[in-house]
Amino acid sequence: MALRELASLEKYLGLKKPNKYSTQGDKKIPVLQNNSPPLVGLVTIACHLVKESNHQELLGDTADSRAVVQQWLEYRLTRLDIYTKEDIKTVLKDLNLYLQDKVFLAGNHVTLADILIYYGLHPIIVDLAVQEKEEYVNVTRWFDHIQHHPGIRHHLPPVVVLRNRIYTSRHR
Amino acid sequence: MKLFVSEGNPHCLKVLAALEVTGVQCGVQTVSHEEKVVPFLSRPALPALLLPSGQYLFSSNAICRYFFEANGQECNNLCNQWLEWETTVLQPALLQTLHMAVLQGKGSEASKVLQSPLNVLDQSLSKGNMSYLTGEAVSVADVVLWGTLHPVLSDSPSASSEHESVRTWFDRVAALHSCQSAAQKVLQGKGLQAMKSYVQKQPAPPSSQCRDAQPCNSSPAESEEGERVVSEEEMEAAVNTWSKGLNSTSLAADKQHPILPQEGKRNVLVTSALPYVNNVPHLGNIIGCVLSADVFSRYGRLRGWNVLFVCGTDEYGTATENKAREEGLTPQQICDKYHAVHASIYKWFQIDFDFFGRTTTEKQTEIAQDIFWRLHQNEYLVEDTVEQLRCEKCQRFLADRFVEGMCPHCSYPEARGDQCDKCGRLINAVELREPQCKVCRQTPVIRSSKHLFLDLPKLESQLEQWLDKSTSSGDWTLNAKQITRSWIRDGLKPRCITRDLQWGTPVPHPDFREKVFYVWFDAPIGYLSITANYTKEWEKWWKNPHQVELYNFMAKDNVPFHSVVFPCSLLGAQDNYTLVNHLVATEYLNYEDTKFSKSRGVGVFGDMAKDTGIPSDVWRFYLLYVRPEGQDSAFSWADMALKNNSELLNNLGNFINRAGMFVTKFFEGCVPVMDLQREDKKLLALVGWELQQYIQLMDKVKIRDALKHILNISRHGNQYIQVNEPWKKIKEGDPERQRAGTVTGVSVNIACLLSVMLFPYMPAVSQTIRDQLNAPQSCIDTMLQGTGTFVCSLSAGHRIGTVSPLFQKLEADQIEALKKRFGGQQKTLQNAANAQPAVAAAAAVGVKATTSGGVDPEKAKQLTKAVAEQGDKVRALKAQKAEKDVVAAEVSKLLDLKKQLALAEGKNPDPAPQKGKKK
Repeated sequence: MALRELASLEKYLGLKKPNKYSTQGDKKIPVLQNNSPPLVGLVTIACHLVKESNHQELLGDTADSRAVVQQWLEYRLTRLDIYTKEDIKTVLKDLNLYLQDKVFLAGNHVTLADILIYYGLHPIIVDLAVQEKEEYVNVTRWFDHIQHHPGIRHHLPPVVVLRNRIYTSRHR
Repeated sequence: MKLFVSEGNPHCLKVLAALEVTGVQCGVQTVSHEEKVVPFLSRPALPALLLPSGQYLFSSNAICRYFFEANGQECNNLCNQWLEWETTVLQPALLQTLHMAVLQGKGSEASKVLQSPLNVLDQSLSKGNMSYLTGEAVSVADVVLWGTLHPVLSDSPSASSEHESVRTWFDRVAALHSCQSAAQKVLQGKGLQAMKSYVQKQPAPPSSQCRDAQPCNSSPAESEEGERVVSEEEMEAAVNTWSKGLNSTSLAADKQHPILPQEGKRNVLVTSALPYVNNVPHLGNIIGCVLSADVFSRYGRLRGWNVLFVCGTDEYGTATENKAREEGLTPQQICDKYHAVHASIYKWFQIDFDFFGRTTTEKQTEIAQDIFWRLHQNEYLVEDTVEQLRCEKCQRFLADRFVEGMCPHCSYPEARGDQCDKCGRLINAVELREPQCKVCRQTPVIRSSKHLFLDLPKLESQLEQWLDKSTSSGDWTLNAKQITRSWIRDGLKPRCITRDLQWGTPVPHPDFREKVFYVWFDAPIGYLSITANYTKEWEKWWKNPHQVELYNFMAKDNVPFHSVVFPCSLLGAQDNYTLVNHLVATEYLNYEDTKFSKSRGVGVFGDMAKDTGIPSDVWRFYLLYVRPEGQDSAFSWADMALKNNSELLNNLGNFINRAGMFVTKFFEGCVPVMDLQREDKKLLALVGWELQQYIQLMDKVKIRDALKHILNISRHGNQYIQVNEPWKKIKEGDPERQRAGTVTGVSVNIACLLSVMLFPYMPAVSQTIRDQLNAPQSCIDTMLQGTGTFVCSLSAGHRIGTVSPLFQKLEADQIEALKKRFGGQQKTLQNAANAQPAVAAAAAVGVKATTSGGVDPEKAKQLTKAVAEQGDKVRALKAQKAEKDVVAAEVSKLLDLKKQLALAEGKNPDPAPQKGKKK
């Protein structure tokens, strides 16, 4: 899973030669082999790839946004990779509120945070019923935006998002 | 910039230390643990940092990073890696340790949790041979890890023999003044106890097994409840049942028509909502009524109930008349044509009706008129005059869809007599502005016409009494109860039961000649008349509430007619009618997250399913797997392929095929001797439990949920085979060979059980499995009795038949092609929509071009493109046989564009006869 994300990220970054990876432990933590010493961990490797590719802006262009990007990357690891049913609700609710007035997770352009949260959220969003997608309308809007952002989606199937609301009578 | 911290919160250690180490200027405010600082988080999260940009950071590590970066120290790869390890490995372990040590007082056990992360850290430190984690200077990684470990390491100097490198590094960092003062601020010298109130307020950390568990998934078959613990008693009971053997007497002989209620049996009458005849049903219609009802009837027969399943096409009404006019046929011809279409679709889907009839029969007239006269005699009908539109030219009243005009609410010009397609509001035909007869386009006049109404308010108390009883004793789905309740709550009003039409059941009352019954009154009576066409003794089903249990299956939009209106007709008729006991309503099935639409050609319709090359059983399986039970669901091609490949092919099919192949390959086709060990008994108990769940759910018509338990059984089976490896054991010594025999024998018997449980869902596959196993017919009558009896039905020595794979993989390109094919029209429409702006732009350009009157090659180029696109759109619409006026509108747009193009090219726009004709 994480390896496919990294492969997609490499393509998005336009890295020429693909890197060699392996995994560690039962949680299949990715390890970047052709680095000395090998790098361990999804976010660590992803940040490394971004630096290599000269797309530094994906890590944020101000000190504030760099910190915000790192925070959401951590959120991805702690809240999206390990979750229970109740957690999902909280995660979606919080993200929905956060994204209310935002186009991207950090700053005014797409960052690594958008990419990795999108990858991490995909299995959750795929499973949402239409009604739930409408309940978390800001998350859904952001998600649809990122999946249509050129070059990001790669290994994941697109999730269909309705543009018209069909449960308009529901009060929230 | 402001930092919010709380006392006794271990996460605050690192941020305070980082703040001081870096010397960043920042206000610090101490708040309580429960203070909600970050506005968008539902749980309080501290520490938190309010950034100069007004954003909040709620992760302690991100805050530390921010301070270090402000001080010019950016994180390198190694530092990132430590921070990631700290979040994903060390922090969860530490929280668990604190929870155990502080709240449960299990200090010694608690320290074990940290062993493995400390080993990792120790090894890395001793190998690196550096003063700090990332080099010779303090980095953010050192501060963060120190902060996390402080609560456990600062208190226990005795543990020094172990993890020597960790200890040296820790003491070095802890000696920093910043760290000491941070520790003092947060813990105030009280050690672990200072954190008690904080830890208490945190949700209990999941134990390590839970954390590794798969993320949950809402679809039925994938959410596993983890390993069930099987008790000794359960095992013993399972083995007892197993050894009972098959019933000697076959319960269900072949169906003997006509099926009539029998004394001493559970007599179940199943109806599926009558599909309307003027259209081809789509997948949503099929799962909503006929397929669900079919599964339940098949299941009921397996349970040994006496089941009668009737359905038919609903054929009267204005929609049929309109359709007939459209196709240039008589209404009767339309009904004949579409009744055959429906019947063949349901046949392909293996819907096993006992009788599939129609509403345009003499029995319908007879029974409907009888109910009418009874209602009339019992004074449940009232007369009233209604203002209606009448077309003088056509000499008739214009009901519902025979009139069009401007919507009084939104001014949409093509609103219909009953509803506006634009704003969706219900309209009373006389309210329409500028009404037109749909047939002759004349303006109709308002005339009053006398009509009969069913007096629902008068029947309300009887209805409520009956509803209370039925909903509390029967299995009504939640939506059915809710919809019914809201109807009653809003108050019942008299409902008009007559219509000024020709195509319907004639009203027998002399004062209401030339009128027919309104479809909603007429259609449910179809259930009775269809049964009457099946057997002369139909009244044994329909006037026998004491012996018969009635199940109605439908989609939720049909609920009020079955729970309020039709029961009122029957209650008012006072003839001891059988009323619905169990009302089973589904939600809606969407198509790839949009709606099925015949007019837009979106979605798969019944007649197309067989052209996909996907077997009927697989269609049934997937539709039932996503049955909109409790909430709306969606049909998705990709998901269908996934479920086919993962559940049918790799799980269910794989297990059954392997079990059979082992018998064939290793035991010459004869079931080997089974000597049950503890492990086998445990499996029997597990399988028995799943079977019980299946029966409990099916009894309550939870069709989708019950399917999950079938798939669970084959999952257990696959695991069992995987663990016992009979293909290896067969090559070893005698005891191992015997073990391989037992495992194979138990597996093939589970396969036999699965074939029975599958029968309601996938009748053809179910039969194929029994054929392959050469299973005795009596197994099908035995297994689903009582609370479920999993018996050994293929005993040692039984010879099985030829085993072959049951399912085929659905390949991605195949599915992609199907998706394109059925969403194809939708796609062209979308293209058309996308082209719209271009057309509009071109039109605007065109106006300019005409006014200036000059030749403009650039505009001409744009217009040429717009013309080409509009041409494609028109062709697409024609190809999908869109409605004439839609096509006409697009054609006129096209002609207009061509005119503009001619102008832009400096040609004479008007005489273009060839082109005009061509389109």
